[in-house]
Parts: sequence; structure tokens; C-alpha cells
Amino acid sequence: MENLIDIRGVTHAYQTKHGPLPVLDHLDIRVPQGEFCAVVGPSGCGKSTLTRLVAGLMKPDQGEVWLHGEKVTSPRKTVGMAFQNPVMLEWRSIIENVMLPLEIVAPGMAKSEKVARAEHLLEMVGLKGFETKRPSELSGGMRQRASLCRAIVHKPDVLIMDEPFGALDNFTREDLWQTMRDLRAAEPFTAVLITHDLRESVFLGDQVIVLSGRPAHTQYVLDVDLPKDRTIDVLYEPKAVDMLHLLRDQIRIAQGRDEEMH
Amino acid sequence: MDFKKILTPILSIIAFLAIWEFIVWANGWPNYVMASPSDLPAAYMRYWNLFLIDSWQTLWRTVAGLAISIVFGTFLGMVMGFSRTARDALYPLLVGFNAVPKATVVPVLALLFIGAHDFNTVLMAFMISFFPIAVSVGIGLSTLEPEYRDILGALGASKFTIFRKIALPKTLPEFFGALKVSVTLAFIGTNLVEIISPHGKGLGALFLSGQTNGDYPLMFAVLIALAFLGILLYYAVVALEKIFAGWAERQPG
Repeated sequence: MENLIDIRGVTHAYQTKHGPLPVLDHLDIRVPQGEFCAVVGPSGCGKSTLTRLVAGLMKPDQGEVWLHGEKVTSPRKTVGMAFQNPVMLEWRSIIENVMLPLEIVAPGMAKSEKVARAEHLLEMVGLKGFETKRPSELSGGMRQRASLCRAIVHKPDVLIMDEPFGALDNFTREDLWQTMRDLRAAEPFTAVLITHDLRESVFLGDQVIVLSGRPAHTQYVLDVDLPKDRTIDVLYEPKAVDMLHLLRDQIRIAQGRDEEMH
Repeated sequence: MDFKKILTPILSIIAFLAIWEFIVWANGWPNYVMASPSDLPAAYMRYWNLFLIDSWQTLWRTVAGLAISIVFGTFLGMVMGFSRTARDALYPLLVGFNAVPKATVVPVLALLFIGAHDFNTVLMAFMISFFPIAVSVGIGLSTLEPEYRDILGALGASKFTIFRKIALPKTLPEFFGALKVSVTLAFIGTNLVEIISPHGKGLGALFLSGQTNGDYPLMFAVLIALAFLGILLYYAVVALEKIFAGWAERQPG
């Protein structure tokens, strides 16, 4: 299968007062079309930098990011983004928030079509009836659901998520994982998910990439060989438990390297 | 609930007037030392046409100055919000400019633009009131969380689109907070010119003529009229805020 996302030897450093701070070091990631790639790694290892590079919001010092066989040099309309902060615009209703990307990507689209698309997505994530509510009237989990709808409303090729469930409680988080799984079945995006949660990475990922400590390179790639229509129960099966152990060990190695650095 | 919201401030104003009346009465002050509220209706009745004309003078010049403040302050805030260099360059200038007592500027303006009384007054109302707007818009824009830019930036939206769809509306609550300060400042600026510059117009000039003629009830009547206009302007801003930034108000509870 074609690699929809192809990150080749990306190296990047931030300029700080104390000189350059390298965050990525010859990072390689390949995600085939339609696959879900979860990226885990120690804190501060450059995971968020990775999302900004894939979105074309930054250019790497070295190496290349390719999407759909095209080298990324600037932002593209075919990307969707979601963050830990749901970034709801408080002056807009929920459905107006969801429709926001369409105003940029498809300014000529009929209002009724935009509304229909947004309503359809909101219904899929269980927010039917909340379309005209203000974001402040919704719980954190509901705001994050709306934020996911907004990230995919314009049918992006690539969905980039930077710890979207990080600020939620465990039960809400598991609900959101299942929502994510259902969205994936219905929408044809290729996903990159940055996360701190190993269970999340195994539940949602087709592959899990473990990044080393800063500066990050690809330390380990795990193929998640579990059925597509997973339920939370799968996480308690021996196969998944083994994967979690393996990932845990890899994270420990990654952290160890981080300690040597300091 | 709404009834209570209107009644409470009215009662507090009545209480204030009653205490004022009582203090003047208890001390036995004649009205050339301190006028009491009961002296005021006579002053308003005697000079009602002057009050109407001068209130209008004060009002329109304040609003004109404030309007220029809004345009200029917002523009300056945008420049400072988007460019670090501009912020570093302009801040000391702005703070210095704001620190200069505006009363000292009145004679300078009067000499620069001799006789252009309306122009001078509007200019002063503007100069004294743009600072809070510029600072709050600047801070609002420069503290915009990067994610807010990224949700549209990742789609290739232009800087201007991001400003119009996200930064500007998000800054509105801060903007209106500043406008509430600015509206009072503009009002002070207008009155400053009206009182200090000779042959002035507006309520400030009416105050001055009361002083010249030793008409104390007139002076106090002017003060109360000024307070009334100030309240009027302030609540006009509050009404605008409700319309344009009402979303920022959290439901109590």
C-alpha cells in the first residue's frame, strides 16, 4: 500500500538562549493510507513538534515530510487537527464551531450542505441535540467530541491529533476511544495520534511508534495485530497485555536515554 | 429579578442624595459653601436650555474622540499584538505619553490649533483614552494560544482570516473591558479642555461660568449633569458589550 504519510530523516532543533535545542533526530515514520499511527514517547521528546511538521506549520531543519506523494512545504487544506485543548470558539455555537474549517476549505459550499455535514458528524459522536448550544454549556468530553468533528468536517486525508484525550477522566477517555474507532470506520482518514497513554495507543493504533528521549528518533515500531473492530475488552486479553508490557519496556529505555542526556 | 436590578441602583442614588442633603443641613452650610440636592432643581430650571446645548456639546465631542480612539487604539494594538519588534519599540513611547498629565497638554494644543476649539477637545478626548484600548487589544492578540491560530493555520488560512475569524472576536471581551475605562477617560479629556481653555463650550464651560459668577448651585448642577452623562456613556458601552461580546458572560451558578 502507498505510504500516505512519509517522514524521512527529519531533524529539527529550536533556537534558544542557551544555543540550539535538538528535538528530532533523523526521525522516520511511514503510515500507509487509511492506517492509524499512534506515537508514544517520554515527555518533552518532540511529539508536538512532529504534529506541526506534518501539518506544514513548520519546516524541518533537515529531512522531508511527504503527504500523498507530495513534499510538504506549507499548510494544506487536506489536513485536520485536534489538540488536548478542544479550542472551541466560545462566540460560536457547537455546529458553527464544527463548520469553521469548511469556511476556509470550501467557501463556495452551500450553507445547507455545510449544516448537513456538521449535523451528520455531531450525530455520529452522540451530540445530536447540542448543535445550537454554546461550548461553555458542554462538558469537557463533549467539547472534545465536537473538536474531533471539526477536525474531520472537511474530509481531510490526514488527521493529526496531539493528545486529544489527555485532559479527560478515564471513563470519558475510553468513551472517546470508541467514538474515535467508529469515526474511523465511517471516514476515510489516515491518522497520527500523539499520546501518553499506552492503552490508548494499542486500542486505536494499527502501528505504535515509540520515540526515544530528546532528540527523538524512531526507537521502536509495534504492529498492532488486533481486529479492527476492537472493544475495550481487547485490552485485557493476553495479546494486548503483552504489547502493553513491551511498550512499557520501550518507554523505560527511552526515558533512560533521556536521563543520560542530562 | 430584573425589577430588582433596576430598583437597587435607584434606591442607592436616592440614599446618596439624602445623605448629602442631611450633611449640608446638619452643618448648616449656606449654599455658597456647599450646595445641597434641593438647590439643584432650581438651577436646572433656570438654565435648562444651556444644560441641553452644553450637554450635547460635551457628549458629541466625547463620542467623537472615543471613536477615533477605538480605530487608532485597535490598529495600534494589532501592530503590537502581531509584531514583537513593534511592541518593544512602542511600549516605552506609549507609557511615557500616557504618563504626561494631560492638563499640561491643553495650553500646548490651544497654541498649536488656535481657536479650533472643537478640534482641540476631540483631540484631547482621543489622546487621553486610546491607551487602554491599544494595550488590551495588543495583549489579547499576543497571548492568543497557538492552537487557536493552528486550527485555521493548518488549513492554510491567511493571517487576516485568522485575525477576523478568531483573534478579533476572542479579544472582544478584553476590548470592551478597556472601552469601559476609555469612555470615562475620554469624558474627562473633553471636560478638561472645556474648563481650562478660555471661551470654551460644553458643560465644563458652564461650570466655569458658575464659578465666575459665584453661582454654587449651578456648579453642583453641572457636576451632577456630568455624572449623569458619564453613567449614560458607560451603560451605552455595556449595552454594546452585551450585543457583541455577550457570549463571554457566564451563566451564574
